[in-house]
Amino acid sequence: MIAEGLIALLGAGVLLVAALAIPWLKFVLTIALAKGIAVLGILLLLRAGQVSFGHAMFLATGAYTVAFLAPAMPEALLLIPLGGLFAGLLGLLVGLFVVRYRDIFFGMLNLAISMVLYSLLEKLYHLTKGTDGIRVARATFAGFDLPRETQEWLMFAIALGLAALFGTLVAAYLRSPMGRALAGIKTRETRLEFLGVSARRVLLFAYVASAVMGGIAGTLVALTTRHVTPLLGYWTSSGELVFIAILGGAGSAVGAFLGAVAFELVRVYAAASVADAWQMILGGVLLLVILFAPGGLWGILAGRLKVRA
Amino acid sequence: MAGWLQDNGLLLGLAVLDGLAYAALVFMVAVGLNLVFGVLRIVNVAHGSLFAIGAYTAASLGLFFASQGLPPLAGYFALVLAAALVGALLGPLIERFLLRRIYGHEEVLQLLVTFALFMILEDVQKLVWGVQPVSQDLPMTYLGTIDVPFGDDVIPFTKYQLFVLPGIAVATLVGLALFLRRTLAGRMIVAVTADKEAATAMGIDATRIMLLTFTAGAALAALGGALASPTTSLVPGVGAQTIVLSFAVVATAGLGQIEGAALTSLMMGLGRSVAVYFAPEFEVVVPYLIMVAVLLVRPQGLFGVLETRRV
Amino acid sequence: MSAPLLSARGLKLAFGGVKAADGIDLDVMPGEFLAIIGPNGAGKTTFINMTTGYLKPQGGRIEFAGEPILGLSPRAIVRRGIGRSFQLPQLFTEHTVIENAALALAAHAGIWSPFGPLLRPGYRAAAERLLDRFGIAHLAETRADALNEGARKLADIAMAVALEPRLLLMDEPTSGVAATEKMQVVETLVRVLRAEGVTAVFVEHDMEVVARFADRVAVWSQGRIAALGPPEQVLNDPAVLRDVIGIAGHA
Repeated sequence: MIAEGLIALLGAGVLLVAALAIPWLKFVLTIALAKGIAVLGILLLLRAGQVSFGHAMFLATGAYTVAFLAPAMPEALLLIPLGGLFAGLLGLLVGLFVVRYRDIFFGMLNLAISMVLYSLLEKLYHLTKGTDGIRVARATFAGFDLPRETQEWLMFAIALGLAALFGTLVAAYLRSPMGRALAGIKTRETRLEFLGVSARRVLLFAYVASAVMGGIAGTLVALTTRHVTPLLGYWTSSGELVFIAILGGAGSAVGAFLGAVAFELVRVYAAASVADAWQMILGGVLLLVILFAPGGLWGILAGRLKVRA
Repeated sequence: MAGWLQDNGLLLGLAVLDGLAYAALVFMVAVGLNLVFGVLRIVNVAHGSLFAIGAYTAASLGLFFASQGLPPLAGYFALVLAAALVGALLGPLIERFLLRRIYGHEEVLQLLVTFALFMILEDVQKLVWGVQPVSQDLPMTYLGTIDVPFGDDVIPFTKYQLFVLPGIAVATLVGLALFLRRTLAGRMIVAVTADKEAATAMGIDATRIMLLTFTAGAALAALGGALASPTTSLVPGVGAQTIVLSFAVVATAGLGQIEGAALTSLMMGLGRSVAVYFAPEFEVVVPYLIMVAVLLVRPQGLFGVLETRRV
Repeated sequence: MSAPLLSARGLKLAFGGVKAADGIDLDVMPGEFLAIIGPNGAGKTTFINMTTGYLKPQGGRIEFAGEPILGLSPRAIVRRGIGRSFQLPQLFTEHTVIENAALALAAHAGIWSPFGPLLRPGYRAAAERLLDRFGIAHLAETRADALNEGARKLADIAMAVALEPRLLLMDEPTSGVAATEKMQVVETLVRVLRAEGVTAVFVEHDMEVVARFADRVAVWSQGRIAALGPPEQVLNDPAVLRDVIGIAGHA
């Protein structure tokens, strides 16, 4: 636990230095940190042995909350929690149904519901501007209208701070009785029931938590990229989140951010140098990881440092 | 109801005829996915990529044949050839070198492997065929149109979409059904789908069956793509669209008889088509709404026989 | 004559033509150790499943401590004070033994604590004490799927006991346990349960175990109770010997 925390601290330091040294990296790293927060949610569900192929719907909810509300209420410090709240509400609504299912049925149902949302976002042009997307109005921070450079630094700092917060919360949760029970769903769900614990309720808590984190990630993406399109809620976006979870390593909260940073960096550099091959490269990397290092990047790191992964 | 039909009957009829072609293509892809899942128990995300590559290959071959001065009939041969090539080459390649390594792995990891493959194949498409639209509509235009009387009006439909596509889909359905029920290989596939352990115990070479099934599934997807290519211009992203729709069909139909996949494809195709005419904003939503509705009530699908893990 | 702790009347359940329960009448008295014996397929596990809410009988009543419990979910029944261990031990395979025990203790205390580690000092000590009473404290840090059968059985039962049940239903607590370990396992079990004042009903195939530890024996046959009484009486009954023990024999 301490080792994890130290590595996380070190990682944060590295990111900070990188952002200072190479200014345009701020943007990439902010997005990476945001996605990492969403991936924490995936991690929770993976712990219970379930995969959601629809979590992009929570990203989209958070992002579109910002896009719709920003013109009337540009305060970023309000928009972020609001996006999380609405995503959480959607998560509760969907979760109440979805937690009754397991394995492939859980995954498919999540996919289906997210595709319903995506389709609506794509087609209801007069509301959402369809695939053109919405340009996010300029945001204020604690009421202040800040110059662009400062805004970028602030977004980076907020993303880093939220990443640290949620990472710590998730790590602690996974060690708590409820978190352990979550893992029990994967191995012996019947036993959980015979201990008097409602597996459904445990899973629902995790699901709503993951929705909130997805929503907050969405708000961060919206505020950083300033452009929100339905693609954020497409099934490939959900797939990316699961991809990052496995790439980084599902065994630790740190893995989510390792994976996200690696993913975004490769994507940016590959896209810059070999335009239409970044997907191929990332796909290849994922294959290698799954076949030869299923513990992900965190697994490799922990192995090197002889830490209990 | 009668009044509504009188006013909108024409549109509804149009929608139905339109939907048939669409449903036929959906079926071609979904049936392959269903077969593969039944035998390998893997949901192949890259199935849509095989569709796309089949489509691109068919278009390229068609354009090549045309450029060589070959008669238009060669264009149809191009479609079949493309499907066969893609199926025969990519199918065994993928099964032997990728899928075989992950049998027995966790479900999540299997899914992600096929997702990674999908990502790789998306870029392969871009690298080989570029990002500009590719189209070769000769096989469709060559057959011309037929004028369908609708009340006072006459609406032209392409014979390709009205007869060829549904015709091939029906032929595939019947052919597959016969294959699965009457031939030895087909019955072995059914046995492995029902219970792999028991089938192996009876002496069936499950490994060969899995290779065969995957190749057949790949060929079907590629054939679907080839058949679709004259009706549209191909751009990156076609594979992604197709796979998620196929999932919807397969999940709604459930694992079981291929007739179920056919009926569900028809339902989705007609549903979408009706939406296009009456509520175009909901066109894309319809298949997924149907999927959600069905899965909530009957998680194993309309015709599924798979055991649900539901608590 | 005190009131029975568990009272079943006329339980009926049929699966497609097979009568798993064909009118079961049984009273379990507080503090007693009741053994259930009978050939496979006689409906013994079905009885346990019905009592713990896992299966719903098609007819009859069950009362626990005077309250009807028919139709309640397994969770609700657990909360009423009926515990259960399984023929195939149901441990959380990727957790260590002490985590399994702590989880059971946490569940009993009300698990709604998403913060603070499971193995905090209080829970850890309590879990260690629990494992110690069953003689498996030395296996605390072992992963559950790495245990031998005897330890697994004890861990499974320990988890059920952690919930402080008044009635414990055990499905073949010694099956799969090596013959050399068997008596030791049962002695430990009996010692702990008697100390806690837990009433126990256990399905058993080993007649030696039954003879030594049961206060009463119920003989199951084709969904009905064919005989009921103290072991000396039932186990020497020629009809029982012929129909039941002749087939069941020793585990």
